[in-house]
Amino acid sequence: MSGIAVSTTINGDEVEYLCQADETLLDVLRDRLEMTGTKEGCGTGDCGACSVMVDGRLVCSCLVLGAEVQGSTIETIEGMADGADLHPLQQKFIEHAALQCGVCTPGFLIAAKDLLERNPNPTEEEIRFGLAGNLCRCTGYDKIVRAVQDAAQEMKG
Amino acid sequence: MQYERPETLKDAVGLLSNSKGKAFVLAGGSDLLVRMRGEYIDPDVIVDIKNVKGLDQVAKTAKGFSIGAAVPCAELGENKALKKAWPGVVEAANLIGSKQIQGRCTISGNLCNASPAADSVPALVAAGAKAVIAGPGRKRRVAVEKIVTAPGKTCLEKGELIEAIELGKQAARSGDAYLRFIPRTEMDIAVASAGVNLTLDNKGVVKSARVALGAVAPTVVLVKDAARAIIGTKLEEEALDKMALACAKACNPIDDKRGTIEFREKVSGVLAQRAAKIAYARAGGK
Ligand SMILES: Cc1cc2nc3c(=O)[nH]c(=O)nc-3n(C[C@H](O)[C@H](O)[C@H](O)COP(=O)(O)OP(=O)(O)OC[C@H]3O[C@@H](n4cnc5c(N)ncnc54)[C@H](O)[C@@H]3O)c2cc1C
Ligand code: FES
Ligand code: FES
Repeated sequence: MSGIAVSTTINGDEVEYLCQADETLLDVLRDRLEMTGTKEGCGTGDCGACSVMVDGRLVCSCLVLGAEVQGSTIETIEGMADGADLHPLQQKFIEHAALQCGVCTPGFLIAAKDLLERNPNPTEEEIRFGLAGNLCRCTGYDKIVRAVQDAAQEMKG
Repeated sequence: MQYERPETLKDAVGLLSNSKGKAFVLAGGSDLLVRMRGEYIDPDVIVDIKNVKGLDQVAKTAKGFSIGAAVPCAELGENKALKKAWPGVVEAANLIGSKQIQGRCTISGNLCNASPAADSVPALVAAGAKAVIAGPGRKRRVAVEKIVTAPGKTCLEKGELIEAIELGKQAARSGDAYLRFIPRTEMDIAVASAGVNLTLDNKGVVKSARVALGAVAPTVVLVKDAARAIIGTKLEEEALDKMALACAKACNPIDDKRGTIEFREKVSGVLAQRAAKIAYARAGGK
């Protein structure tokens, strides 16, 4: 297959792929690399289900072309747990039942991790504003906010 | 469709100038990719400017700041010097979308997308910002309020792109501010918005001012009468009322379910008044 050759680092591994000019990073992750942890909700930047980190910045992978990340470092939900050890946020999402269908969950986890790395001690308002780019149709958000607050406590140690 | 990632400005201009068919600059992609997906546009060539040397920097220059066209808005919020000098511009840029959108979107893209409701534009116009335009001809500097000519249209010619947005040094006793009205608390398009930049004399009297309104006309409008209404005052109630009246007069809004004409006229004045008060306090006025 012809296409644009791209080399990147994804969750610490060097990854090379070929993609078409109009393919998004989300398409590449899901359809070419079979990393389906990153979800597609809207495809237009509104829901945050496709959130990933590109070079240390939280972005919607549906609004990034696969070709744009040549030479970039990418982090996805697949890299969040350390083997069988869940990240504190993942653990707290389970404990607080902060998910139902789960489509929004990978995006919330990636965005919440970025939030806590930038602000280890956020107020409830800061959490709600910080996660405003992530939509959830099931939980009503409250349990998600509680899980993030609890994870923040735990991560502070 | 062809995807290009030039590393020099010259190559970027060359690609845009020599392309057959429709060529688009790609900065953050938060408008462009949405429009491609919605099939509103069908580019033949996309020129990604994020690898062009120098465009990813906010430079402090002898004259003020130069914000490269590829700098994401999130980075503006992290730049302490810029935030201190131009808090209104930075708060406007940081209102765009979500944290995810912030990680990508640029103020040059916000301007070139040419939406009447673009959040950073009224703040940039109030701040007297200039766009540095590179192209096949000579480099030119154009006031931000002159860039957008109609909804979705700019004055950029084929082959041209914005290289940077320049902000001057903020004069002593100056302040700027930006406010918008949206029905939600975040992630929404402005129904009306206002940017104000003003400078005080040593007695706290407004010496000069610029007032710009967004989302109430086909393009962002610089309202000179609103500025005149507060120059020579300490923002007394009478002056603020005159300012709001001038704002309402300058509106030429659409009438839709998000805001009627009457509502937009009224709210633009209220926002301008509130933004003026914030700018006044930031300038050290009491
Ligand atoms: C979910 C979501 C929420 C949003 N919320 C807001 C909001 O609250 N407020 C708001 O104002 N906007 C909002 N937007 C719109 C968009 O994010 C902004 O307009 C953003 O600033 C565009 O910047 P960009 O770098 O992503 O532009 P791009 O998409 O890369 O480009 C936009 C247009 O400008 C052209 N262009 C870009 N850079 C240049 C340049 N340097 N020279 C010449 N032409 C150029 C492109 O060809 C394209 O036509 C939102 C978008 C999404 C998807
Ligand atoms: S799928 Fe990317 S934001 Fe919804
Ligand atoms: S759990 Fe279903 S969308 Fe959030």
